[in-house]
Amino acid sequence: MSAALLSVDRLSIGTASGLPLVRDVSFDLAAGEIVAVVGESGSGKTMVSRAVLDLLPPGVVRTGGAIRLAGIDLARLDRNAMRKVRGGAVGMVFQEPMTSLNPAMPVGRQLEEALRLHTGCNRGERRRRILAMLERVAIPDPERCLAAYPHEFSGGMRQRIMLASVMLPKPKLLIADEPTTALDAVVQAEVMALMAELARENGTAVLLVSHDLSMVAHFARRVVVMQAGAVVEQGATEALLLSPQHPYTRRLLEALPRRGPARPPADGPPVVEVRDLVVDYAGRRRLVGRAAAKRAVDGVSLVVRPGETVAIVGGSGSGKTSLGKAIIGLVPTAGGAVLFRGTDPFADRRRLLDFRLGSQVVFQDPYSSLDPRMRVGAIVGEPLRHDAGLSARQKQARVVEALADVGLDEGHLGRYPHQLSGGQRQRVAIARAIVRRPAFVIADEPVSALDMTVQKQILALLAELQARYGFACLFISHDLAAVEQVADRVLVMEHGRIVEEGPRDRVFDAPRHAYTRRLLSAMTVLGAVGDDFALARRGGGWSAAAADGAPPAAGRGGAPENPVALAAGP
Amino acid sequence: MTTTAVPFRLPRANALVGGLLVGILALAAIVGLLWTPYDPLAIDFRARLAPPGPAHWLGTDDFGRDVLSRLLAGAWTSASIGVVTTAAAVAVGTLVGILTGFLRGWVDRVVMAVNDTLLSFPGILFALGLLAVLGANKWGIILALSLAYVPTVVRVVRATVLSLRERDFVAASRICGNSALYTMARHVAPNCIAPLIILATVMFGWIILAESALSFLGLGVPPPAPTWGNMLAGSRPLIAQAPWLGIFPGLAIALTLLGINLLGDALRDRLDPRMAR
Repeated sequence: MSAALLSVDRLSIGTASGLPLVRDVSFDLAAGEIVAVVGESGSGKTMVSRAVLDLLPPGVVRTGGAIRLAGIDLARLDRNAMRKVRGGAVGMVFQEPMTSLNPAMPVGRQLEEALRLHTGCNRGERRRRILAMLERVAIPDPERCLAAYPHEFSGGMRQRIMLASVMLPKPKLLIADEPTTALDAVVQAEVMALMAELARENGTAVLLVSHDLSMVAHFARRVVVMQAGAVVEQGATEALLLSPQHPYTRRLLEALPRRGPARPPADGPPVVEVRDLVVDYAGRRRLVGRAAAKRAVDGVSLVVRPGETVAIVGGSGSGKTSLGKAIIGLVPTAGGAVLFRGTDPFADRRRLLDFRLGSQVVFQDPYSSLDPRMRVGAIVGEPLRHDAGLSARQKQARVVEALADVGLDEGHLGRYPHQLSGGQRQRVAIARAIVRRPAFVIADEPVSALDMTVQKQILALLAELQARYGFACLFISHDLAAVEQVADRVLVMEHGRIVEEGPRDRVFDAPRHAYTRRLLSAMTVLGAVGDDFALARRGGGWSAAAADGAPPAAGRGGAPENPVALAAGP
Repeated sequence: MTTTAVPFRLPRANALVGGLLVGILALAAIVGLLWTPYDPLAIDFRARLAPPGPAHWLGTDDFGRDVLSRLLAGAWTSASIGVVTTAAAVAVGTLVGILTGFLRGWVDRVVMAVNDTLLSFPGILFALGLLAVLGANKWGIILALSLAYVPTVVRVVRATVLSLRERDFVAASRICGNSALYTMARHVAPNCIAPLIILATVMFGWIILAESALSFLGLGVPPPAPTWGNMLAGSRPLIAQAPWLGIFPGLAIALTLLGINLLGDALRDRLDPRMAR
């Protein structure tokens, strides 16, 4: 490696009160190279990336070490020189596309800002370059885009615009902090591929910060693994994946989802049956009248049998969450029927209570699904309120048992949700869902807000509890890797309709519908094959396959067309 | 993000000063109820308009009444009107706000239309109109000011409820089989407490000010009972001869408001959900 473009040398970061957050982090980044910093929440990876641009949050300071950009110590720069570095030499893409663009400013003006500050070109030249860049990032109708406001674009489009704005001044270094975590799988793959291509075209080095090891493995030449504020391991991507030295890296790799064994198909009368369900959302109220209603779910039928897990898969906006909410009765339906044990639960109060007692939901965000003013014991015990058959003492025993089932103990009874970690909160939410021994559980993206290693634990926990209590589970997710791990049957949903349905292995190995193939091709190819790790790297073809809906190169089961397929025991 | 243990911090200056000033008000109100140096209503024509001195620390007014005694007695009037009015406005406003915010539909539309109409009057004007009908006395003031400030509470509570009802834990409660009423009482109402405490503190200040303003305009607690407002009003013709008559009640009102606002600020910092995370 020649002289490094970015050199982070024994960087330490701490709070102003002396608490260390990052200790002795060192790594180099050559010009044009993509390096990933991988770690879970709290590992300090974001702090490191922010320190480069001197954008540490208030109360957090650099306590030691040096950051050099092209040989210049960034700590020596005064405020004005630092401003020239930001946006000019170093660009930054943030995680949340919904908040990183100014909602009150047309896109064109925002794109122009960086060019005006960092280049000397005139109006016409700026406009020409902006249009060319918007074209490059595949924004339809760039002319119109200039005058449009951010809210008119989807998350994926906004992230493309963000990329365009950052790449316009042709920075030497791009810092991307979880750039696609907020996007769904298909869009995620497209945006990542676009970012890698843009970086290659402009010779920009990329510092990619992410919790998703399998995603970064496709793009980064080297990976830096961080845990609890320190680098535990770094090296070339392949070497690191194939022979991880540090136990933590091995744990991260083992947390990658693998396909579970296929279970015999469930039989018996369905617990829940959905027939031709339609959900409409009323249109936006106008000054006079209303806009046309939006159809979120359009004639969906499905059955869930005892003990089986049926997965609903689809991108954002496919209607999968609306379907789940309609089944449980949280949103009104516009047509069709939901049957619980063969009868309509919404027909009368007694059946509704029966349905309520027999069905539960695990929500996506454990920060929002637990009442912040209630203690864990009260939260878990709440569903038992309507269980007339149990005495107070039995209820208390049941709460303790449910907590034990999810791996928590009596010590957690008196805690408040904010005293728990994300994974523990989701365990509490699961305990609440199973405490009444429901016949039917809807899990709506139960792991997508969690770290990889925690995801693995939660998915395993759900499977274990299902084996113990035999409830039917409707698993709603955009995350195919998670679905592959737990589902018995898979239903693929697009634009409110089921486009493909079948046993998991059939859908994953031989997808029939073009949308299913797109979803699968967007899924990161780094995964477990048998007990070994397979790393498949396909140049730019990754996104091309996704974009024209062509079948993915030989699919996931077989060998990719241009593989550096390597296998080794962890 | 890294979770760090928050070390114990000294209360910041605004909490300290605010707490101190409000504490003095509370003390003055209680002392004023039990004991005053002189009878606040006793007229002594020999000591008319005496400047502050050893006999009368804060001087006397045009009837020879001791200003300090009247200030202490007035503190009780002001504080009790403030507490009762705030409590009434918060209680009614919370109930209405939670109901409308949670039930939505036509109930919400009708109630909010009325609420917004009331909000469009300046509170003091609204209270003035009511007092003209109810008659100027302590309970009339409490009723008029409560009604004048209920719409503000309704707005704040309803906005909080609207954001709370979209949270998953409210949905989870319905899925458990809980009724709407139970969900409101158990999950929605307790989560409105933080913004309510902050609003109540600030409102207490507004109400003391409004009561002083009403008394100043002659529609407050009728004389001879002392309140800070009517003391200030009474000082107006004598402001050149006996400036202490206006200075001390004015200072009392200003310091009390300052204290309450500082305390409200500190409470907001403390109870902000982002800080609690």
